[in-house]
Amino acid sequence: MAAGADTAGRPSWAARRRLSAVFWRRGWLRGTFLLLPPLAWFALLYLTALVVLLVSAFWRVDPFTTELVRDWNLDNFKTVFTEPVYRTIAFRTIGIAAAVTITDAIIAVPFAYFMARLASPRTRAALFVLVLLPLWASYLARVYAWRLILAKEGVLNWTLEQLGLPTVGIAYSNWAMWIVFSYVWLPFMILPVYAAMERIPDSYLEASTDLGAKGWRTTRSIVLPLAFPGIVAGSIFTFALTLGDYITPTLVGGASSQFIGNVVYSSVGIANNVPFAAAYAVVPLAVMGVYLLIARRLGAFEAM
Amino acid sequence: METRATRFGLWTWTVLVLLFLYAPIGIIVLYAFNSSNIQSWPIAGFSTTWFSSTWHNEEVREALVLSLKAALVATSIALVLGSAGAFAVSRFRFFGRETISFVFVLPLALPGIITGMALNSYFGFWGWQLSIWTIIVGHATFCVVIVYNNVIARLRRTSPSLVEASMDLGADGWQTFRFVTFPVISTALVSGALLAFALSFDEVIVTTFTAGAQNTLPLWIFGKIRLGQQLPQVNVVVAVIIALTIIPVYFAQRLSRESGILRRR
Repeated sequence: MAAGADTAGRPSWAARRRLSAVFWRRGWLRGTFLLLPPLAWFALLYLTALVVLLVSAFWRVDPFTTELVRDWNLDNFKTVFTEPVYRTIAFRTIGIAAAVTITDAIIAVPFAYFMARLASPRTRAALFVLVLLPLWASYLARVYAWRLILAKEGVLNWTLEQLGLPTVGIAYSNWAMWIVFSYVWLPFMILPVYAAMERIPDSYLEASTDLGAKGWRTTRSIVLPLAFPGIVAGSIFTFALTLGDYITPTLVGGASSQFIGNVVYSSVGIANNVPFAAAYAVVPLAVMGVYLLIARRLGAFEAM
Repeated sequence: METRATRFGLWTWTVLVLLFLYAPIGIIVLYAFNSSNIQSWPIAGFSTTWFSSTWHNEEVREALVLSLKAALVATSIALVLGSAGAFAVSRFRFFGRETISFVFVLPLALPGIITGMALNSYFGFWGWQLSIWTIIVGHATFCVVIVYNNVIARLRRTSPSLVEASMDLGADGWQTFRFVTFPVISTALVSGALLAFALSFDEVIVTTFTAGAQNTLPLWIFGKIRLGQQLPQVNVVVAVIIALTIIPVYFAQRLSRESGILRRR
C-alpha cells in the first residue's frame, strides 16, 4: 500500500479525495461506519451474553453430569424464594446496602455543604480532587487497608488502648462490612450531593434568612430539599455497588456475612450451576430496577 | 449567613472526613515499609526489604506483566470503540441514539458479578478457553464508557463548524481529522485512556470470571489475602497499585475538568 502511494502519488491522492468526499456527502455512511464497531461489540458480546444469562435462569443443571439442560422451568426461582437461607442472605445484602447508603448520606451532606458554600474556589477545587482520588485508588487496596486497621492487633484497637478505652472485636463481622462499604463508596455520594448544593442560588438562602428563618430552619426547608436529588443520585451508586459486591464480604466479613454476590460466585465457580446463579442474580437486578424507577421520579438523573 | 460555630463545625467535619478518606491509604503505605512480617500496629520498624523480595517474586512479576498487557490492550480497544461511538452520537441523529449511552454504561452500572457471570457463560457457550484475551474483552467492555464520556463531553463543547471550515478551505477528510478534530479531542482521549487504564488495572470482580489459570495483579492480591499468605509482599504490591491507580487519575483530572465518573453527561 505504502509503496503504491509513493510511486503513483497523484492517483492515490485523488482516490483518497474521492473517498473522503463520498463520506462527507453521505452523512449516514459516516455515521454507520463510526457506529458499527462499538455497536457490534456490545450487541454481539455483551448484550447477547446478558440475554443468554437471563434465559439460562430458566434452565437447569443435570446433577449427575453437571451439563446444562435446556428445559424450561421455574425451579431456580422457587429455590431462591422459598429456601430461608437465600432469603436471609438477600435481606442481609439489601439491609447493609441501605445502612451504607444512609451512613454515606449523613457523612456527605455537611462535607458537600462546606465544599459548595463555604470553601474558597481554590479550596473547592482541591477538595474535589481529594475526593476523586480515593474513588479511583485501587478498591482492593482500600478494603485490605481496613482489614489491617480492624484486626485484633490493628490500628483501631491500638488507638483505643492509647486512649484508655476498651478494645473492640469487630474484625470479620457485619460491622466491619458496614464500615468498609461506607468508606469505599463515600466519594460516590459526596460528588453528586456537592453538585446539587452548588446549584442552589445564594439568593434562596438570603431570602430565607430575610424572612426570619434561623440556620436550622433554612437547612431543613431550603438546603436539604434542594440537595435531595443529589443524595438520591449518590445513593444509586452506594446502593447498587454494595448490592453486587462479593469482595468486601469475603475479605472483611465473618462466617455469617455472606452476600448475594458470594452465593452467585460460588454457584458459578465451585458448583458450576450457572442457572441457579443467574436466577439469584435477578434479585439485585430487580431491586435495582425498582430503585432506579423511584430515583428517576425523585429527579436523581438530572442531579448527576 | 452561617454562624461562627456552624462554620467551625462544618470545617471540622470536612477535615475529619478527609482524614477518614486518607488514613487507610496512608496506613497501607506504612505497612509496605514494615520491617517485620507480623501484621500488627505499630509496625516494628522501617525497611525496604519487602520491596526487593517482592520485585524478585516471579508470580508477582508475571501478574504485573499480565495486568499491564491486559490494561494496555483493553484501553486501546476502548479508545477506538468509545471515540467512534462518541462521534456517531454527537454528530448524527439516528433511531435509538439516546439508548447508546445507556447501553455503554451498563457494564459499569450493573453489578460486576452479573457482567462477569454473563461473559463467563458466554465464553463457555462458544467453547472459548479463558485466557488473556477473555480478560481483555471484559475490561474493554466496561472501559468503553469512560472514553466515550470524555470524548462526547469534549465534542459537545466544540462546534461542528470547525470541521466545515476546514473542508471549505480544501482539506480532505483525513487532513481535517489530523489537523482539526484530533487536536481538539486529544486531551480528552488521553484523560479517557488514563482513567480506563486505572479502571482496568484495578478490576477484580469481572476478572475473576474471565481469567483462566493466570492471575492479574489484583487477582494475585485477592488470592493471597484470602489464604493469608505472603502478606508482607501483598502490602508492597497494594501500595504500588494505589500509586499506579492514583497517578493516572490525577493527571487525567488535570487534563480535563470534566473527567470524573459522575460528570458523565
